[in-house]
Amino acid sequence: MDDLIQEFLAETTESLNALDNDIVKLEQNPDDKDLIGRIFRLVHTIKGTCGFLGLPRLEAVAHHSENIMGRYRDGSLQVTVDSISLILEAFDCIKGIVAGIAETEKEPEGDDSDLIARLDAVFEGKDAPAKTAPQAEKKKKGNKEEKTEFVPTPDQLFEPVRAENYSAEPADAAPAEPAPAPQAKAAKPATASQPATAAAAPATPAGEKSLRVSVDVLENLMTMVSELVLTRNQLLQILRTQNDSPFTPPLQRLSHVVSDLQEGVMQTRMQPIGNAWSKLTRIIRDISVELGKKINLDMRGSETELDRQVLELIKDPLTHMVRNSGDHGIETPEERLAAGKPEEGTILLNAFHEGGHIVIEISDDGRGLSSERIRKKAIEKGVATEEQIKNMTEQQIQQFIFAPGFSTAEKVTAVSGRGVGMDVVRTNIEKIGGTIEMKSIAGKGTTFTIKIPLTLAIVSALIVESSGERFAIPQISVQELVRLSANGENKLEKIHGTPVMRLRDRLLPLVSLTKILKLEETEDDRANKQVIVVEAGAQTFGIIVDRVFDTEEIVVKPVSPILKNIRLFSGNTILGDGSVIMILDPNGIANAVGKIADSPDRENGRTAEAARAIADNERKTSLLIFKAGSGAPRAVPLALVSRLEDFEVDKIEVSGLKKVIQYRGALMPLIPFSDQMTLKDKGNQPVLVFSDRDRSMGLMVDSVVDIVEERINVQITAENNFGMLGSAIIHGQAMDVIDVGHFLSIAHNDWFGVKSDGQFQKQEKTLKILLVDDSPFFRNMLSPMLSVAGYNVVSAQSGDEAMGLCRAGEQFDLIISDIEMPGMNGYEFAQKIKAHDSKWKNIPLFALSSHATAQDFDRGKAAGFNNYIAKFDREALLRSIASLGEAA
Amino acid sequence: MTKTDKDNIADGGSKEFLTATVAGQIFGIPVLQVQDVLSEQKVTRVPLAPKEIAGSLNLRGRVVTAINLRHKLGMPEKPAEMKTMYIVVEHKGELYSLIVDSVGEVLSLPDTDFEKTPVTLEASWRALAIGIYRLKDELLVILDVPGMLEALFMKDDAA
Repeated sequence: MDDLIQEFLAETTESLNALDNDIVKLEQNPDDKDLIGRIFRLVHTIKGTCGFLGLPRLEAVAHHSENIMGRYRDGSLQVTVDSISLILEAFDCIKGIVAGIAETEKEPEGDDSDLIARLDAVFEGKDAPAKTAPQAEKKKKGNKEEKTEFVPTPDQLFEPVRAENYSAEPADAAPAEPAPAPQAKAAKPATASQPATAAAAPATPAGEKSLRVSVDVLENLMTMVSELVLTRNQLLQILRTQNDSPFTPPLQRLSHVVSDLQEGVMQTRMQPIGNAWSKLTRIIRDISVELGKKINLDMRGSETELDRQVLELIKDPLTHMVRNSGDHGIETPEERLAAGKPEEGTILLNAFHEGGHIVIEISDDGRGLSSERIRKKAIEKGVATEEQIKNMTEQQIQQFIFAPGFSTAEKVTAVSGRGVGMDVVRTNIEKIGGTIEMKSIAGKGTTFTIKIPLTLAIVSALIVESSGERFAIPQISVQELVRLSANGENKLEKIHGTPVMRLRDRLLPLVSLTKILKLEETEDDRANKQVIVVEAGAQTFGIIVDRVFDTEEIVVKPVSPILKNIRLFSGNTILGDGSVIMILDPNGIANAVGKIADSPDRENGRTAEAARAIADNERKTSLLIFKAGSGAPRAVPLALVSRLEDFEVDKIEVSGLKKVIQYRGALMPLIPFSDQMTLKDKGNQPVLVFSDRDRSMGLMVDSVVDIVEERINVQITAENNFGMLGSAIIHGQAMDVIDVGHFLSIAHNDWFGVKSDGQFQKQEKTLKILLVDDSPFFRNMLSPMLSVAGYNVVSAQSGDEAMGLCRAGEQFDLIISDIEMPGMNGYEFAQKIKAHDSKWKNIPLFALSSHATAQDFDRGKAAGFNNYIAKFDREALLRSIASLGEAA
Repeated sequence: MTKTDKDNIADGGSKEFLTATVAGQIFGIPVLQVQDVLSEQKVTRVPLAPKEIAGSLNLRGRVVTAINLRHKLGMPEKPAEMKTMYIVVEHKGELYSLIVDSVGEVLSLPDTDFEKTPVTLEASWRALAIGIYRLKDELLVILDVPGMLEALFMKDDAA
């Protein structure tokens, strides 16, 4: 409340001083509507605020003055010198009261009934109590005369006000000056503004206690102080190399002063966190009413201060979390009573300083997070698989609420569930270098702990070097530093060229700064590389750098807009030695790395990514590399794999000769990669799951090695090499690419009974399909897939080859053709086929292309294609063929 | 501005340009756009940046993005021993410096000597030039600095 009054006083004093001039102007230009409006608004504001703050005396005076101003504004009352004087008097009275409040923090005693009566008299149109000639000169001279007429002496005019206001020892207010009243008396009442000035004098303390400074000025000051800090650091650094420098004592003093200055300037930007909390009371009240809950919002440490920039950035996340607590956390009164808790739930907000950070806790005594529900949701949303979740601790499962697109609320209420999830909260907090932790006990409640830096302007950062270039990494995201040694505990190991390191009991993915920033490789210093373990988002990984220097306080400067698109940098800074270096953004690196290392993420983006890769004409294909049996690792196109699972060996059942497992409510056959493969006694069995519509099969392998994206060129091997499409050079190594179709048909065989003795029985008529594609990879991926789906597939690698088949008199039920092909492209091929003298003109023709925009579609149709399907949309292809089969 | 305004009235219009040389070609930049001229500076390379961006440098505590004009203009790399200079300009509150071989004098040029950029000029140059002034011995290409920087933003967006 104190702050509020303080603010009110400062504001009011400031405006009142400005208004003295305005009122004098009004006297000279009584018709200035703007001026009247401005004065009216001010008086109105004072009145309103007084009512709110409980200052009845001030309110009364302001109210009656406002009435007069209101009539001026309507034009129903003529602005006269008398009434202006009266208003000025009222303003002086207001100033007096304001000054009194500033001193004693409460309204000074006093009686304004006389003043109010006179104000009312004017308001009622009686003009002034003692009316003079209507043609009163609107000059200062006249003012004096009139005043002397209706108020006997200037003494009397000001004396009552003074006496009332300064009953609380006026001498104390200005001990150095003569008592204010005599001064006012001495001042010539001839100028209307002068008494006001005199009256304002004692009131100035209210204005001086706080000063309104524009944010720009503060920001500028902050920047300069930051520079000063840097220069200081620079000097200190030089000093360290000098022994017995005469500069040492003065520099140390300078250093202290600069530190104090920095703190002082920082203070000017500080705001109590309560400012960000103010609207929460209302939000919680609304939630209580809307959801029929009883919630008590307990806010502690609201005076804890933090940088206004940080405050702005955490406002929304905080609001979101409190809203969540109220909406999802706290139960209804009935539920609470049933659980043996008090009817009223409590949300506790607690803020305090800890080190250079501010810690904010948001806890509720509600129902806590339901691990069961999170588990279900995680599986449903595809965030994790059943098998993964089984091995997770309660704590790990709860962390899923921070996963993108995750919301546990079973129904979306008006209050929450607006699509902003905890992932956004986490991202926002991490953006400002903060961390968020969560603890939840079912039935007892949930506590979120947010830790954020006090300011964003100066951060402590680790300076590192790679390939001769230096970079800064914010200290807050650095967990530890590990020196790589050639042999021993911390040695760099590689899985298929991807560096990893064993750190205590886990495997730490590594990323080389040189590689990710595309710096020139340097051969030296290999053995002494350092790994910086950083945590960004949900990921922990190590960044390999050549050298680590020490930590430095750095001033974060935004990067030039031209470089904004390089997401790996969060800013740049100027070091002590004056050089500019880039600040690495661990989140940006995590995202860049995630594309390579984070498999669940990729699974979602798989199709899009694959399509993009194709669109780039790169023909890069994602391949899953696994080991099975003896020999080199094998590869399978990732597009064909639905899931990777790790099944416990005990769960695998043997039915007849086949192994099966209960998977998603059905039995899934498990096929060993080779006949020599035997089941382990215990532990987990890695399985690649292939699904086709509602059918699944699992391929048991020894281990999954890696996922790579490669341009592959499959060299077809002998026909009878069962299970292999051929081999390809992947990462410089020859690997067998497996034929999924082969394994599917093994699983298929006894499961669906489609193929009992090499003949298709399911469909009355087996469709014969001609597949035209120049890419052996696609031919070899699609052919088995279509074969498994029960079609008879013949493939051709070019339009010319296909036309050869046409001339040879072959007949097909369907032709599927690629668009981009060397020589005759798909459109030309289609025109040829659909030409009226063609033998094939009545055969349905499908286009299969990576270009699937509306224009492509139209062009395809125009060329004669009956259907146009995106290359990676296997489902659509199968559906289209199936509908064709039904029609036939 | 006041001086040029006065000049305009006096002699029927003229503008002032800072001249600079890049690979033998003389360029002009409107004097009012120039904030500073710097001699040899330590430039920190920015990894992953477009090739026209030479890096960042420190100008009295402000970070300035250095732009390699030779790259931008499709000119040959400068010989290693050749010295460079930096013309600092401000664009939308950010500082940029154009790396040039040398900086010449400031010329006050009459509007009558101004010509539009010849249409036959290579497209990349046409996009960067506002026009040409006929000097006594050579032709001065006036650089469109804001346009060039904007183009860099665009390029970056596309990347």
